[in-house]
Amino acid sequence: MGMEGSHSQAAGMGGLRTAGDLVARMQMTKRMRIKEAKQYVADKLGCGVRDLSDPVAMETIRLEKGIGTLAFTSAVHPGDPGMIEAKFNISKLLDIPINSVERFKERVGL
Amino acid sequence: MPVEPKIPTRLGDGSLVEMTRSEIKTDLEEGTALAAKRAKCDPLTQSELDHLLDIYASAARFTAVDIGDEVILSNDGTGTKYIGSVGTDLQIYEQVVGVDMVELWQIDYSYKAVKTNVAHEAQWMKIAQMLLTNPVQYGAMPDLGRYSQPDGPIPNWSELLPLGKIAEARAAQEQAAEMLVTDIQYVADHMIEAGADGIDFDTTGAAGDCDFQAALIACRKLREKYPHLGIEIGMAGEFVIGMHGQAEFDGKRLAGLWPKQQLELVQKAGASIFGPCVNINTGKSTAWNIARAITMIKPCMEIAEIPIHVNVGMGVGGVPTCVYPPADATSRASKSFVEILRIDGY
Repeated sequence: MGMEGSHSQAAGMGGLRTAGDLVARMQMTKRMRIKEAKQYVADKLGCGVRDLSDPVAMETIRLEKGIGTLAFTSAVHPGDPGMIEAKFNISKLLDIPINSVERFKERVGL
Repeated sequence: MPVEPKIPTRLGDGSLVEMTRSEIKTDLEEGTALAAKRAKCDPLTQSELDHLLDIYASAARFTAVDIGDEVILSNDGTGTKYIGSVGTDLQIYEQVVGVDMVELWQIDYSYKAVKTNVAHEAQWMKIAQMLLTNPVQYGAMPDLGRYSQPDGPIPNWSELLPLGKIAEARAAQEQAAEMLVTDIQYVADHMIEAGADGIDFDTTGAAGDCDFQAALIACRKLREKYPHLGIEIGMAGEFVIGMHGQAEFDGKRLAGLWPKQQLELVQKAGASIFGPCVNINTGKSTAWNIARAITMIKPCMEIAEIPIHVNVGMGVGGVPTCVYPPADATSRASKSFVEILRIDGY
């Protein structure tokens, strides 16, 4: 894990601590390059591009938008959307299909 | 006469050595010149070499990109039973390491091997989708060699070739490639049914041109069936080895392709992300290796229509070949690729 930790700190967006998961989804789903993907996500969140990799700014934004925060910290939010619940909101916010969300809807008859 | 101070740096095997700034500069120049000659591309510009020299001629224990320049960390190999369970492993990478997408994988990292255990693996994909918010992809190697005897049913082309049985060796690889395409689709269908966000073809081309060909064909078939699926094709090396020699995709011969030509075909096949790969020379410095890697991958960036996630794991992309890659070398590779090439991730 040391190597991954080094890469994460040296140049990674920060994943769920920031908006890294959201930008990654735009690369995977829409084949967007990094600049376009960051701008798209920032526009959808109503924030600046630099906020996307700032964990302090993104904690507030993620809670406001209901798109999930880290579950393994001392500041957990059990009353807010997390994991699959958060992914429902991410799918709506980014206007992209998320496979696990679509399967969930199909299987519970939503 | 003053003596030029020595700077601690690394060799490609990870060992710590001391070099002067002048020696590091020479290694950067030699690395790019050799890569340009070998891959028939342009060497790095003087300003790019100066930038690399600033990054590598430093005693700092760690380095990083500027705030705001961060890119996506699509980390292969983040979810197997290294720590507790598959689920715990994936959650640790999401919650503690902070990677941007995680990858469920099985320790025998091969689509052929996964096929026999696909229900178990797919069940973990379903569980992972309930446990994580991050995108979760499924990853394995195309690993064409697994289809040859004694591991598989096909006559072994590595044994046929030395006997001069060229036609038989080619026919064997073609037959194996057909089986591989079927197996990749089979595993992918199960993972997607379980909720996977993407499929990763890791270390593509490890068994040569038919290995790469099978990955491209499987990618195109998956794209036709799943328009929104994340598909990542990461390579095994900088150069596609011609084990077959005549294998083609869309009329293009695959043997001998360098990263830019590889990317052209990966884009045509419909992948979402391309991972170029340049292997490490363990006897040369990390400065020599990073200059070589960036020179070979730079032509990709000029034509990229999809995100480029450079391979920067143990033994590739300027990261030393050792079990515990040092943070000084790893972080320098990250910063170099982001700042010189403006990559989209790694």
